[in-house]
Amino acid sequence: MTAAAATPVHTPVSTSLADSFAGTWLLLRFMARCDRVRLGVWTASVVGLWLYCATAFTTVYADAAERQQRAELMGTPASILMTGPGYGTDNYTVGAMFANEMVLWIVIVLAVMSIGEVVRHTRAEEESSRSELVRAAVVGRHAPALAAMLLVVAANLVIALLSALVLVTISGLSIGGTTVMLGGTVLTALVFAAVASVTCQLTPHSRGASGLAMGVLGAMVLVRGAGDIQRQHGSALSWVSPIAWTQQTRVFVDTRTWPLALSVVAVVVLLAVAVVLAGHRDFGAGMFAERRGRPHAHRLLRSPLALAWRQQRTALAWWTVGTVVMWLATGTYLKDIGPMLQDMSKDSEFVSQVFGEQDLSYAFVSLMMLFAGLVALGYGLAAVARARTEETAGRAEYVLATPVSRGRWLAAQLLVAGAGAAVLVVTAGLALAAGAYSVGAHDPHVGTYAAAAGVYLPAVGVVLGVAAAVYAWAPRWTAVSWAFLVLGFVVGMFAELLRVPGVVQRLSPLWWVPRLPAEAMAWPPTVGLAVVALAAFAVAFVGFTRRDIPVT
Amino acid sequence: MSAIEIHDLHKSFGTTTALDGLDLVVEHGQIAGFLGPNGSGKSTTIRVLLGLLRADAGTVRLLGGDPWSDAVALHRRLTYVPGDVSLWPNLTGGEAIDLMARLRGGLDAARKADLLERFELDPSKKARTYSKGNRQKVALVAALASDVELLVLDEPTSGLDPLMEAVFTEQLREAKAAGRSVLLSSHIMSEVEKVCDTVTIIRAGRAVESGTLADLRHLTRSSVTAVVAGNASPIAALPGVHDVVTTVDTSGTRIAFDVDNDDIAAVLTALGTMGVLTFTANPPSLEELFLRHYGDELAAAGVPEPSAGGRTSDGTPR
Ligand SMILES: Nc1ncnc2c1ncn2[C@@H]1O[C@H](COP(=O)(O)OP(=O)(O)OP(=O)(O)O)[C@@H](O)[C@H]1O
Ligand SMILES: [Mg+2]
Repeated sequence: MTAAAATPVHTPVSTSLADSFAGTWLLLRFMARCDRVRLGVWTASVVGLWLYCATAFTTVYADAAERQQRAELMGTPASILMTGPGYGTDNYTVGAMFANEMVLWIVIVLAVMSIGEVVRHTRAEEESSRSELVRAAVVGRHAPALAAMLLVVAANLVIALLSALVLVTISGLSIGGTTVMLGGTVLTALVFAAVASVTCQLTPHSRGASGLAMGVLGAMVLVRGAGDIQRQHGSALSWVSPIAWTQQTRVFVDTRTWPLALSVVAVVVLLAVAVVLAGHRDFGAGMFAERRGRPHAHRLLRSPLALAWRQQRTALAWWTVGTVVMWLATGTYLKDIGPMLQDMSKDSEFVSQVFGEQDLSYAFVSLMMLFAGLVALGYGLAAVARARTEETAGRAEYVLATPVSRGRWLAAQLLVAGAGAAVLVVTAGLALAAGAYSVGAHDPHVGTYAAAAGVYLPAVGVVLGVAAAVYAWAPRWTAVSWAFLVLGFVVGMFAELLRVPGVVQRLSPLWWVPRLPAEAMAWPPTVGLAVVALAAFAVAFVGFTRRDIPVT
Repeated sequence: MSAIEIHDLHKSFGTTTALDGLDLVVEHGQIAGFLGPNGSGKSTTIRVLLGLLRADAGTVRLLGGDPWSDAVALHRRLTYVPGDVSLWPNLTGGEAIDLMARLRGGLDAARKADLLERFELDPSKKARTYSKGNRQKVALVAALASDVELLVLDEPTSGLDPLMEAVFTEQLREAKAAGRSVLLSSHIMSEVEKVCDTVTIIRAGRAVESGTLADLRHLTRSSVTAVVAGNASPIAALPGVHDVVTTVDTSGTRIAFDVDNDDIAAVLTALGTMGVLTFTANPPSLEELFLRHYGDELAAAGVPEPSAGGRTSDGTPR
């Protein structure tokens, strides 16, 4: 391909297939150079995650009895949603444990990375107009897409290789099993990369392309979960999701490799679709054309708040729809969960320890509300980060040169972030209630759901307040606030599994939230969180009125 | 009182000194050009004027107020076009214009329509599909459509084609006729020469030259070419004469040089004694003045320092 790139393309207009890929190798090297730090961070993160889990699993779950206790928890709908189809739970080896509990997360991480890289190097690059230069030079029509895909394949393979090293040496897993497990995660991630190369042809803008691809990923995560909840080891619905195609290899239990072929076929088909679509669209445009807008602003678009809302409303709408679907669907299982868990706790002392003596469906509701809190954090932090984007893009400066005070501008950004997060938590609670009511589960009462959701608001406020304060005082460090989401997630989900120390757990504002309705309402921590939140916001406003804008 | 008064302004970012004792005055009803090379501190000065950056030292008065503490009140009386206009990608140009005007307290719809037509801007396209020039037009229309006392414009014509530049210049004249004051930062000399009453040239955060256009012209050199019958060598010894090139041919001695405008009288007297056969003198342009102040940087970049008349000092174009 280097040769093709080097020879001048003055040959008469023979746009052969080979020509359309000219320059791929050159581009690939260029992309790899541009992204060496970014990909390095991804690699370190994934391998680090494996490393951490390998050590944790091998020390914490050293003997079979302990693993078996954990296996007993794997039958609840919530754990199925968060893990896998539950192969090997009757003899929960370390390998089976990895395959069942880690594959989902690794696939998600790799898929997010792959989608990001594909969009970055194709659509986003087109928009930057740098690509026009490249294309005008030596590069064939499909070369950027192919190069991006090859880059993603290479990155995934490197990560898989290093991860395999960790798993084989530290956890003593078999080479064959490790290959199937990691090979499966890579193939599934590539399916989503291929999905992204299709969405890149559809939407008029790169943000839309990655959003659409991420949406597909999210839907597939849900579909797999719902399918596996319907029937142990998965139902027909599960098989719709590419995530099942790796989980269904039953690796380390009763390995079969043919489901991996589904991923290969899907990648080939999707890439073919992308190539065909690419032939039908103009450079820089999408299949769905950019619509024209209104030449005059709506009469309500007249304040920083209206502007911030306008910027966020589409994102919030999508987050809300996703939340409603997920929590409503989960709610419909609530009727069966109580008895199901009761049966399980009769058989297993461990289950009854974890969920306690009270009505087990209460414990499940509490868990779902924790997830809702995490979702709200994700949205809220992204919304606060928008303030930073407005500043670095120069739009904050533009607005602040009008008679809009700094306080008013910041308040608008934070109000939209905070209100959006609040809407998400409460929506999740009410959707869960609606799902439960729809199947005739009237206990707990809908008011209890609302309270269980609402009690997260002060904690969400603390995180957003601290994020705002960081933005105000040290704008370059705004992204550090995402650590709260990671912390909240790890503490909430893996505190027991990974034996996270108590001090670290207390650092997460969500840890202080009373887990209604499983636990009783506790006012002191709730009020305490609210006070801390208010203080953090106050600190943010003081900082923001004193500093230079923009800080770039 | 002046519209803008800056005295001994200092501002640094960490170890970078952006402004190092800047002085700048803009009188009411005047258009002030603000010139300087990249990174000389033009945008920084403007951001201090808008109360976005806090001055480290020095005094700054804007429309009689303090730009940092009276920011909101002062912003009602001015409009700003940023150096690098970035708009909200999902808003149309028309929406952005309306929004900015409303934030400022109102929009003259007829004026907006008129400006859109003159700048040939389609207001119904989403901002993310606009070219750089079109984004610039959106900001210009938003700024020019408001009824304010002061326009603060940071390189407003970057990205505009020559036709649109002319429209813009026309608009500036109208603004001045309406009694508005303008601070216009620019790289483009011809634009400044066309519309500005006063010019301040800034370099490395410090004003190196400022005054009316006539004042500044006075400070520059004219380029002179003459053919004389006699010996031309005394010319080179006169004060204020630079870059002399002499060539002798059959018709006489041809001499070309630059002379400081203040010393031109002595040169004419000397030439008169030599039997002048032909004589041409070119008045200085501001471009040359500007380039003279950038001389060091041009030299560092490998470009020979230009002299009046646009010749290189050895008389041969490179
Ligand atoms: N936020 C900042 N942080 C650090 N340095 C800065 C910042 N803003 C400006 N500078 C530095 O201050 C100096 C002056 O920059 P400024 O943007 O004012 O120049 P300018 O005259 O507007 O240049 P240009 O013509 O390129 O727009 C430059 O050296 C620049 O790098
Ligand atoms: Mg500038």
